[in-house]
Amino acid sequence: MSKHNLQKRRVVVTGLGVVSPVGVGVQASWSDLLAGKSGITRITKFDPSPFASQIAGEVKGFDVSQYLPAKEARRMDTFIQYGMAAGIEAVRDSGIEVTEENAERIGVSIGSGIGGLQLIEETDETFHASGPRKISPFFIPGTIINMISGNLSIMYGFKGPNVAIVTACTTGTHSIGDAARMIEYGDADVMIAGGAEAAITQLGVGGFAAARALSTRNDDPATASRPWDRDRDGFVIGEGAGVMVLEEYESAKKRGARIYAELVGYGMSADAYHMTAPNMDGPRRSMRNALNNAGLNPDQVQFINAHGTSTPLGDTNETHAIKAAFGDHAKNLVVNSTKSMTGHLLGGAGGLESVFTVLSIHHQVSPPTINIFNQDPECDLDYCANEARDLKIDVALKNNFGFGGTNGSLVFAKI
Amino acid sequence: MSDIEQRVKKIVSEQLGANEADVKNESSFVDDLGADSLDTVELVMALEEEFDCEIPDEEAEKITTVQQAIDYVSANLK
Repeated sequence: MSKHNLQKRRVVVTGLGVVSPVGVGVQASWSDLLAGKSGITRITKFDPSPFASQIAGEVKGFDVSQYLPAKEARRMDTFIQYGMAAGIEAVRDSGIEVTEENAERIGVSIGSGIGGLQLIEETDETFHASGPRKISPFFIPGTIINMISGNLSIMYGFKGPNVAIVTACTTGTHSIGDAARMIEYGDADVMIAGGAEAAITQLGVGGFAAARALSTRNDDPATASRPWDRDRDGFVIGEGAGVMVLEEYESAKKRGARIYAELVGYGMSADAYHMTAPNMDGPRRSMRNALNNAGLNPDQVQFINAHGTSTPLGDTNETHAIKAAFGDHAKNLVVNSTKSMTGHLLGGAGGLESVFTVLSIHHQVSPPTINIFNQDPECDLDYCANEARDLKIDVALKNNFGFGGTNGSLVFAKI
Repeated sequence: MSDIEQRVKKIVSEQLGANEADVKNESSFVDDLGADSLDTVELVMALEEEFDCEIPDEEAEKITTVQQAIDYVSANLK
């Protein structure tokens, strides 16, 4: 699927990495996802009893020593550790080798929505108990958002563009889209791009609960994230990271890289409406902008990995926006929410779900949207309810929408 | 090896991610054990924690080897 504008350099996906509530590593996560296994459990990171929402998609069985020396790891907040692990897996998967010739042409764009909240909370406690002399010299570099990009560049010697986008739950999507633009425009030949988050902390959960955004289905965690189900009651907070290696097509081909898919389109928009409430027109324009950028008509798309958070307003809103963007073709689409199993990774969502979207194309299958017991009559699209489905996917679209009314859509195509 | 010497070496090894065998009395944190400026700040904080003392910044700047750390702690331990 080539682009119409011949001057634009083509961008393909050649490496994938995942740390998620349904598994650490691409293989473990993908097989659990296709099997419809929920990664949502009662929170174990702290005693959640005083909180309205006591459930989360925590990463289980993560061994940071497989990726980083202990000395370095303990100076990084968990979100950096997750981003590094996913980044390292993606780089290894791509088979890229850094040389003197290519180092300046390889960059990193891995963002986070919130950053090192756990380490900020812990350091605040230390400060109040023992004063400013006890603040670690690694507190700032261990918590600020661009330190996944920074640390990954230091580890591998990637000397190209080094950025970290912060756009709430659209962070990962924008990070990947902007990274692709850097390749198209010629700033880099390879970009390591995605998002990471680790905000299952007392202030993180307390804050989202105060905004009434979280599910309170505490007695049944595995069914709490239920996009488009009539009885959905909010999103479930998740954590982890998803990272992909983007590469200029000709150079990927020349080195014989495995190409998972092509990134053919990227669109953005703002609602200009409300800090947290969704709006139909922003997401619609984001999807249309992405399709225009790809030079594709709506009816050339078969599959959407939706934002699909399981909030009462958000899921209905996205359904309406998809119908407005795709017209009659909306009913032919398969629209999936992997958040039904992973929960909502916030700034990591766009990274993780873009990896899943690419895998959907690569394996020609839609993961299920689990927990649709009674489909909301207002949400009347094909959500691939409860069972994975083999599907011919030439073109897939990925949506994410964030607080502040910021939207992003990516279009991936089979190659 | 004195108790203080042992404890100092253990902390240096943990903080700087160095093998205990490589941590010798004459080892310089920066030149021999690969510490950077942030590492040395954190190392002094860890010594303060271990020996329940406060090392003023102007004193901390003079502690650049394992032996200097042992000497400082031995002289100032409460």
